[in-house]
Amino acid sequence: MQFSFTNEQEDFRGILRRFFSARSPSSEVRKLMETEAGFDRETWKKLNQELGLTAVHIPEAYGGQGFGCVELGIVLEEMGRVLLCAPYFSSVVLAATAILNAGTEEQKRKLLPAIAAGDTTATLAFTEDNGLWDASGVAMTATGTKLNGTKSFVVDGHTADLIVVLARQPGTSGDKGLSLFTVRGDAPGLKRTPLKTMDATRKLARLEFKDVEAELLGEAGQAAAPFAKTMTQAVVCLANEMAGGADHLRETSLEYAQMRMQFGRPIAAFQSMKHKQADMLVDVETAKSAAYYAAAAFDDNAADLTAVASLAKACVAEAYLQTAVHAIQVRGGIGFTWDEDTHLWFKRAKSSEVFLGDANYHRELMMQHWAAA
Amino acid sequence: MSEPTEADVRAEVSAWLKANFNPDYGLVEWRLKLVESGWGAPHYPKEWYGRGLPVKFNAVVDEEFAKIGAVTVCRAGIRTLAAATIIDHGTDLHKEKFLRRILTGEDTWCQLFSEPGSGSDMAAATTRAELKGNKWIVNGQKVWTTSAHKADWALLLARTDWDQPKHKGLSYFLLNMRQPGVNAQPLKQMNGHASFNQVFITDAEIEPELQMGKNGEGWKIATTTLMHERRGAGALRTWAMPSTRTGRIYREENAEIATTMEPYKWYPQRAGRVDLLLDRAKATGKINDPVVRQELAKVLVLSKSAEWTAMRARAAQALGRPQGPEGSLGKLLGSHVARAAARVHTMIDGANAMLTGSDGTLDGVIAEVLVSVPATSIAGGTDEIQRNIIAERILQMPKEADPFANKPFRDVPRNTVSKVG
Ligand SMILES: Cc1cc2nc3c(=O)[nH]c(=O)nc-3n(C[C@H](O)[C@H](O)[C@H](O)COP(=O)(O)OP(=O)(O)OC[C@H]3O[C@@H](n4cnc5c(N)ncnc54)[C@H](O)[C@@H]3O)c2cc1C
Repeated sequence: MQFSFTNEQEDFRGILRRFFSARSPSSEVRKLMETEAGFDRETWKKLNQELGLTAVHIPEAYGGQGFGCVELGIVLEEMGRVLLCAPYFSSVVLAATAILNAGTEEQKRKLLPAIAAGDTTATLAFTEDNGLWDASGVAMTATGTKLNGTKSFVVDGHTADLIVVLARQPGTSGDKGLSLFTVRGDAPGLKRTPLKTMDATRKLARLEFKDVEAELLGEAGQAAAPFAKTMTQAVVCLANEMAGGADHLRETSLEYAQMRMQFGRPIAAFQSMKHKQADMLVDVETAKSAAYYAAAAFDDNAADLTAVASLAKACVAEAYLQTAVHAIQVRGGIGFTWDEDTHLWFKRAKSSEVFLGDANYHRELMMQHWAAA
Repeated sequence: MSEPTEADVRAEVSAWLKANFNPDYGLVEWRLKLVESGWGAPHYPKEWYGRGLPVKFNAVVDEEFAKIGAVTVCRAGIRTLAAATIIDHGTDLHKEKFLRRILTGEDTWCQLFSEPGSGSDMAAATTRAELKGNKWIVNGQKVWTTSAHKADWALLLARTDWDQPKHKGLSYFLLNMRQPGVNAQPLKQMNGHASFNQVFITDAEIEPELQMGKNGEGWKIATTTLMHERRGAGALRTWAMPSTRTGRIYREENAEIATTMEPYKWYPQRAGRVDLLLDRAKATGKINDPVVRQELAKVLVLSKSAEWTAMRARAAQALGRPQGPEGSLGKLLGSHVARAAARVHTMIDGANAMLTGSDGTLDGVIAEVLVSVPATSIAGGTDEIQRNIIAERILQMPKEADPFANKPFRDVPRNTVSKVG
């Protein structure tokens, strides 16, 4: 198991950090989050072309760079640090991974190069109005290749060029009868409605399908395993993204405490403030350890990967939220204002806590693995 | 010469053990051989019983010992801190006189730092050492001294100059515990054991060459000892289990575990015994209680992420990178893990958590966890002090103002001290 990043990986992180802090300051985030799309196609295209971000974990055979989950995790951590507004989690982490796991050779050759190049944006539509994150919640039917039903909480669902959809044969339940399909964003019969999201930096949509003609992705009725694997990788990626956000909050809270004067000294001189910072450091560093470990476990295809992925999500979810709560407290009144930036991360922490399953859900998944072992 | 690979080290130690280990050796006889070979402490310098190998290879060497059941050097408890401090700051005479006997287990050590009047504020020690003729004469009282009643030698922090400010008047000594002026009295702890002591020191003598460092350097050296302690050098996460193998050496090792190691036998319990949680939950059926499952999962998340944080620190160290903040969080994380584990042990144990000793679960081991865990957040520096250190040293937050920073120690207000118990 890899417990430290290589020099190349550290360099890669350094480049990303410089680029993102220059190109995605909070003024830019605030501008984009006010738009319905949540990102700007041209700006994103340019940034992506300079860094090749959408290609990172896609194999070279499909136009990608063929790196692993550790590198993908680095990208996400750095994006999470600045709340980069781009259709990255949707296109790369969700859709491309699903296509990689489920698609036929021909489909991968057809679909992936455009995602890797950043020309096509995509997403994965799996959750429905019931808000369940696993296959048990899927009610959408596929009769042949005709889709009927509703998907919700779909990341960038209202803007994606290509939508990968999880649906089931009528009359099946659980892991049985599941298939993945691809649908164009402008397919006839598909109605897309953006949802009002608490975290304005991650856009969600509700998609209604009425007799929408779709293309089967991979084998009919066999989507349970590739979908589950996609979720595992998405959970690991999300944990790394969240670790980046938490680290940002910890660092900026420390800077603020060092600068803000009360009672004739910086508030950082008060012991309760120091102990809070020490606790934040413990939370954030352990969260990073869990997220890094999970990414390395993914690349090693570790036997307890699903448990480790869930562990990381549970660990980071609580650390990020707790850090966000402290971050506001440390700032006092200004921390509660709209103009100060902390609430942007607070909201990302809150919505990420729930997205792909909350800490209770993931602790239960983890126990199912370890209690059986 | 380039650094050997893991495979090189493994092959070399394994060959050496096969050629040399024999269970019919006496314990000290075998350890002397081991010490001579350098395989007893491979990370020590070559000229001092080691092989100068990076610390990361110790685990590999240990695995090879375990494979054939070879007995290791003695490395439990405070003696490990003594050895580490002697290597860092000792003279050749100190190394010559002490290191070998520490490794063979012939000498037992203790740490005379805390006093009734000075614990967290360890630099406020008032035990005094005065040079009279050609001897240091020591007078004072120490407390909470683990293993003092078993110890041959002690690491001693004492004041040699009362006109200097607090930190500057301290010096560091190696004190012979087997002399008339030293009287160790075991104190009974809340878990029923009596592994720590109060130690009365009356006109005890120290030869000048057994001072470590110069006058006034005591604080600096004590900090090294504490750093090793907080990094877990003496922590004994796994208790040396008596061996069931036959042979003279195992009989002698079991005897050592029962005597000089006795003070440490509850140490695994004070760390929370996370290793027992899953099995206990399964054995009691509590694994099916959704609340217990969640709480148990929280402990596992915490202990795994703490373990991986330590691994990250070690991996960075092995690559020669500057130490990141993750390397200094272990002591505080250990407290969190221990407390959380004790809470869940209670949930799992139910009504049985009211019982102890032979009526308690696992012959009292669970009860011992519950009443030993409070030590973890006190011994070796309290959680509050750890947070101060993280904030001030790692995060560079302002140090607490000390109104007596530049005043002579004799003018600093301090506790009036009486005997415990
Ligand atoms: C099991 C065990 C084994 C031990 N073994 C040894 C040993 O072998 N050798 C040895 O020398 N010592 C040993 N100790 C002593 C230990 O190091 C001290 O108990 C510890 O450092 C605390 O000191 P104290 O007991 O005087 O408490 P105090 O320092 O009086 O602390 C009381 C409370 O005040 C808090 N406090 C104190 N200062 C501050 C501050 N600046 N900011 C915030 N809070 C503060 C503490 O956190 C604590 O909660 C042992 C202790 C235990 C429990």
